[in-house]
Amino acid sequence: MKYLGIPIEKPKVGFFGLTGCEGCQLQIANKEETLGDLLGAIDVRNFRLISSDKQDDYDIAFVEGSVTREDEVVRLKRIRAQAKILVAMGACACLGGVHNLRSRFPLEETVQAVYGEHPITSGPVRKVSDVVAVDVELPGCPISKPEFEWLVRRLILGIEPKFPQYPVCMECKQRLNSCVLDMGTLCMGPVTRGGCNAVCPRNRFGCWGCRGPAEEANFTSLVKILRDHGFSEREIAERASFFSAFNGIEAIPTLEKADSA
Amino acid sequence: MKVKVEEPIHIEVEHIARVEGHGNIHIGIEDGQLTECTWEVVETPRFFEAMFRGLSIEMAPLLAARICGICSISHALASARAAERALQLEIPPVAQQVRLLAKHAETLQSHVLHLFFLVAPDLLDVDSVIPVLGTHPDVIQMATKLKGFANQASDLFAGRTSHPMVIQVGGMTKVPRKSQLSHLYKDLNKIIPTLWSAKDLLKTLPLPNFERETEFVSLHGESHYPFIGGDLISSDGIHESEDDYRDMTNEYMVETSTSKLCRLSRDSFAVGALARFNNNAQWLHPVAQAVAQELELTQPSHNPYHHNLAQLVECFHIVYESEEMIATLLDSDLTDYRIPVQPRAGFGVGAIEAPRGILYHSFETNDNGIIVRSDCVIPTGQNHANIQHDLLALVPTLAAAGLDETTISKRAQMLVRAYDPCISCSVH
Repeated sequence: MKYLGIPIEKPKVGFFGLTGCEGCQLQIANKEETLGDLLGAIDVRNFRLISSDKQDDYDIAFVEGSVTREDEVVRLKRIRAQAKILVAMGACACLGGVHNLRSRFPLEETVQAVYGEHPITSGPVRKVSDVVAVDVELPGCPISKPEFEWLVRRLILGIEPKFPQYPVCMECKQRLNSCVLDMGTLCMGPVTRGGCNAVCPRNRFGCWGCRGPAEEANFTSLVKILRDHGFSEREIAERASFFSAFNGIEAIPTLEKADSA
Repeated sequence: MKVKVEEPIHIEVEHIARVEGHGNIHIGIEDGQLTECTWEVVETPRFFEAMFRGLSIEMAPLLAARICGICSISHALASARAAERALQLEIPPVAQQVRLLAKHAETLQSHVLHLFFLVAPDLLDVDSVIPVLGTHPDVIQMATKLKGFANQASDLFAGRTSHPMVIQVGGMTKVPRKSQLSHLYKDLNKIIPTLWSAKDLLKTLPLPNFERETEFVSLHGESHYPFIGGDLISSDGIHESEDDYRDMTNEYMVETSTSKLCRLSRDSFAVGALARFNNNAQWLHPVAQAVAQELELTQPSHNPYHHNLAQLVECFHIVYESEEMIATLLDSDLTDYRIPVQPRAGFGVGAIEAPRGILYHSFETNDNGIIVRSDCVIPTGQNHANIQHDLLALVPTLAAAGLDETTISKRAQMLVRAYDPCISCSVH
């Protein structure tokens, strides 16, 4: 492969999964029309989901999933030590994701609820950056393949990737979607980072924040608008806590508060 | 079985490749005796059943989808169905049709992914699909076309291929416009010749001969090849209602697995494409029945590697049935696809034939429609014990045949892969 007539070195890449559904890794294998081009542009050294050939000499590591067990901490530190660039991929890796819904309950009680007295090892839910330094966060649940390819192009060419910081509303308007809030559907689009091409509102389902908070988002104002539209504290809290994208933001109701109110 | 091999054999496959999730194989043979033969599931538990608690039942399909990146449409459908049965809702027929089409799209993309990207490298004796790109570009082209169509159909019917947002309790947020349907109909007809070529190709690739008498569990077909809801049957003659799914699954736990295991009449049973074929082949689309005959797949097959053939046969069923269903939708009124949801206390079960086998979700709600208890029994969780028992039967025969360590390891991995395990799903 050449860029401006100059041959480009293929970066050595590894893909890894921690606690998660492997849906993000699947997206990479998913867009067939460009899969050949992608595999021509990178040197896949480690991608267990699609290959038995495993090498440990990668320069770029894409890590999916959240960290919930000590053996994952060890694996993740090993990956960090090897990789020049570590990309946290998807909502679980970037935010902790849906797994944080279990952080509402004590760990012991959670284990007991699912496995009874059977011995099972687990720990608190952490995002990748809670454990190691992360160079790039590729957001979304799941990630979008075009955005992944865009990121790979930038990493190959050594250009710093700049992700959209504007809210989902921006892209929703660009696609001329009707506002789902006006259709009576709860939407976190006004305070969530765009880049998803407003895929959920496009499908008449309000945004639920999988890409994390937008820059300079006015949470207080959104919560007021949602209340004015008749949504209960519980509905707002459920939606906002789904990917744990807004945890710790004062203006956003939490499930605990909503239920005790 | 006493085996002939004199050299000790030690096989340790850590995190077997080309399957979803993390599992290990340990095999040891010393002095002609099997000292170890274990299928170990080491996936990290996620505790979804604990996460559901305290959420509104309407969130169930959205959260359930996150159990699995590959079969998220099935998970969303199982939860939506369980919720609707708990709330006593009957969704409009158009929504039911579109859901089955979404289900078909997912099964097609999952089967094609498995057959071409995960299994074919074994049959072509390479590590992955990456070298196949160079050596057999025609194979990749076929897979790409079929999977591309399946992804396009998933996008149209479910919103996207992974983690759909269109499937909601009470119906669908939207259904395709007729112009989109007729466009898809044309594209479907374009991939039919590709599917036939794929069959011709896969027919030439040799699958190992190995049989072990097995109990097969699936939905019970009464008038059609079943994918969504209905009674449950096993090939050993057990018949239960959907609500009594626990009598079919009998979950238990062992130390070598973070997934729960299941059993019914014997030590283990199998679910998936081969179970569906064995229990319901008479309801397959006639074209799919003819393909099964050509592939010499006959009812019942006890060769686990035939899961692959049954998947191929199902691809034909799905494509030809989808064609008929889309034609019917094009002549239907598509305005009614969602009903309002009123919270109430209840209990509901949703059984779905996910690509890898029968999947159950159940929910119990309180008066406010908040989930107080949930349960998910995953196809791969039902298959784990069967994989273990297959391995115990397979490995001594391979060793007795004098095969070397590498070949035994490969055959064992191929066996696990034949079940198309979705390990993170099973440890949800």
